[in-house]
Amino acid sequence: MTNESPTEPLIQIKDLFKVFGKKPTKVMPMVREGLSKDDILAKTGHTVGLKAINLDIHKGEIFVIMGLSGSGKSTLIRHFNRLIDPTEGQILVEGIDVMKLNTKELEQFRRNKMAMVFQRFGLMPHKSVLENVAYGLSVQGIDKATRNAKATQWLETVGLAGYEEQYPSQLSGGQQQRVGLARALCTDAEILLMDEAFSALDPLIRSEMQDQLIELQKELHKTIIFITHDLDEALRIGDRIAILKDGNLIQVGEPVDILLNPADDYVEAFVKDVNRPRALTVETVMKPPAYRLTADTIGEALKQMKRIPANYAYYVTDEGFQGVVCQEALEDAVKTDKEALMEDFKVEEMTPISQDALLESIIPATMESDFPLPVIDSDGDLQGELSRAHLADVLSDFYTDGADDSTDEEKQNSTKEDK
Amino acid sequence: MADFSWLSKFPKMDRATLLEIRKYLDGTFRDFSREYGDVIESFFDPLLDFLIWFEKLLVQSPWWAVLISITALVYLTSRSWKLSLGVIVSFLLIGYFGMWEDTMRTLSIITVCTLLAIVLGVPIGILMARNNRTQSLVTPILDVMQTMPAFVYLIPVVMLLGIGKVPGVIAVVIYAIPPVIRLTNLGIRLVDKEVLEAATAYGANPMQRLMGVQLPLASPTIMAGINQTIMMALGMVVIASMIGVKGLGQPVLKSITNQYFTLGLFNGLAIVALAIIFDRTSQAYAKRSQKHMQGGQHD
Repeated sequence: MTNESPTEPLIQIKDLFKVFGKKPTKVMPMVREGLSKDDILAKTGHTVGLKAINLDIHKGEIFVIMGLSGSGKSTLIRHFNRLIDPTEGQILVEGIDVMKLNTKELEQFRRNKMAMVFQRFGLMPHKSVLENVAYGLSVQGIDKATRNAKATQWLETVGLAGYEEQYPSQLSGGQQQRVGLARALCTDAEILLMDEAFSALDPLIRSEMQDQLIELQKELHKTIIFITHDLDEALRIGDRIAILKDGNLIQVGEPVDILLNPADDYVEAFVKDVNRPRALTVETVMKPPAYRLTADTIGEALKQMKRIPANYAYYVTDEGFQGVVCQEALEDAVKTDKEALMEDFKVEEMTPISQDALLESIIPATMESDFPLPVIDSDGDLQGELSRAHLADVLSDFYTDGADDSTDEEKQNSTKEDK
Repeated sequence: MADFSWLSKFPKMDRATLLEIRKYLDGTFRDFSREYGDVIESFFDPLLDFLIWFEKLLVQSPWWAVLISITALVYLTSRSWKLSLGVIVSFLLIGYFGMWEDTMRTLSIITVCTLLAIVLGVPIGILMARNNRTQSLVTPILDVMQTMPAFVYLIPVVMLLGIGKVPGVIAVVIYAIPPVIRLTNLGIRLVDKEVLEAATAYGANPMQRLMGVQLPLASPTIMAGINQTIMMALGMVVIASMIGVKGLGQPVLKSITNQYFTLGLFNGLAIVALAIIFDRTSQAYAKRSQKHMQGGQHD
């Protein structure tokens, strides 16, 4: 899964175990032997929180850790900044072993490297919104004028200008979480830990916040570790998703992998309920363009056309996709002038769809068109096609992409570039 | 034949041994107090000096100056005209019925006891909240302090320090300090875990967490504890008067022994007036700081 990034991962978790109880280290041999969570609980009274977790997280990605309650996701995120210490295992951030830091170093590490957003906001009720946002800086001992100036700026960025002197209890849930987000951004930490940050918000506000996060990420390029129990949310914002169940890592992959190649029944059960048209982009389901014409003259074009089984083709030049050409029209044109240039030939206009568009948005166009719709990238080059039959297939519940690996590789190579 | 008398009669220690134990303990403590009494007394000298200075200040300043400053203080902490008016009326009545001086003495000793209880109690409460072992160690001590009849621990205090103000203060503080300790501990333990976690996640050190998050958020609970402490200190005034603490307690004690109903009633009412003023003021202050926290109308 990591082949798209040539650099070292920013954060590495190696063979991490967490056992809760009085003497966790004594239980570790049992855990390693592979005894089940329930057996260990019954035998020793210890709870296995996390089991053999290995993760690589790269700079600049939104890495979503997904799982139901009790899956250990909140425990896992608290290991990144050592709010919880692991029983065994290594946590490396930029190659530094976080477990080896002493108290002072750990404080410095938390101040400068990571910022956290909490499910129930974790705001200080006795401090004003401005003081809350500036909290990270005040802990660092930065003077009041500087930190207030910076906090004001971030409040404005998250759309809460004018609320500086309010107290958290005077704000709505969505506004409070914006304060939480501004507080996290205010420290300029490179890594953002978001623990079910949007789970406590109602659906409308939640999707608004997701949009805002995606927008912010486009400018800030932070490394975000995002915890959620909501697969729709995970698919929407995640560059990569890790699925956690009972403390085990079940699957790590890009949203499409999870959606189209679920690793086991557990993941599959999740994926079934996902709103596919809203979660998938055109790029993830399109087929390679079957028939394309690149000829300079009409005669040439007709020759190419005759070689293909269909009676239409997409006409492509160096400038990208131009339109659709029918065999009949070409045959008519050849009668008048075989050497006429294709540039002058009137191709049938057809609105191509963007490969980044959500399926949701292109359903009507696809269904109305007799031809498969051409798919173009941001430069206007033809990347693929999408037929209505294929779209219908994808949207039905029973579709999985297991047999077809070629499209998978293709999109892995290209997803990163436009994010 | 075996002796079964222990079945009908509780088998107790024989008199001689019991006497030995008592003699030994009493003797040891007496020796201890003879040996170290002076040292311990001189240790409390600064406290005594402060007590005397504060009492003099209240008793010897002109009554109107004291009344004005108390009213001003009450108004500043409570921001309530009603309460301030109540203070003026009750102090005027107290003065008119000839209890001004005793009331000032009681006021001074209660103030000192409360301050002392806070200064000692809050840090102990913080330590308890930090550490479960400390908590399980301190809790039974607090139970003893609260339930042991005050007279019992008056005895060693008097043996050690004689009668007077300082032993009085010590007795009152022992009796009144448990609520501050308990509620400081409770208040800190009840602080929202996620808020504290947030502070930790942003790299706050233990001191920053304590001063910036735990104490401010625990303050309503701590204030309730302080309020309780003040009430209990006032309740001890009569008992403290038995070891020579001057103030409203002494006339009450006198009226018990001589069956002076009215004298007892008046002085008792003065104590009640003090208690109500202390209670309402501290509660109003606590409420005000809480309101501020929840973003009320205050600036």
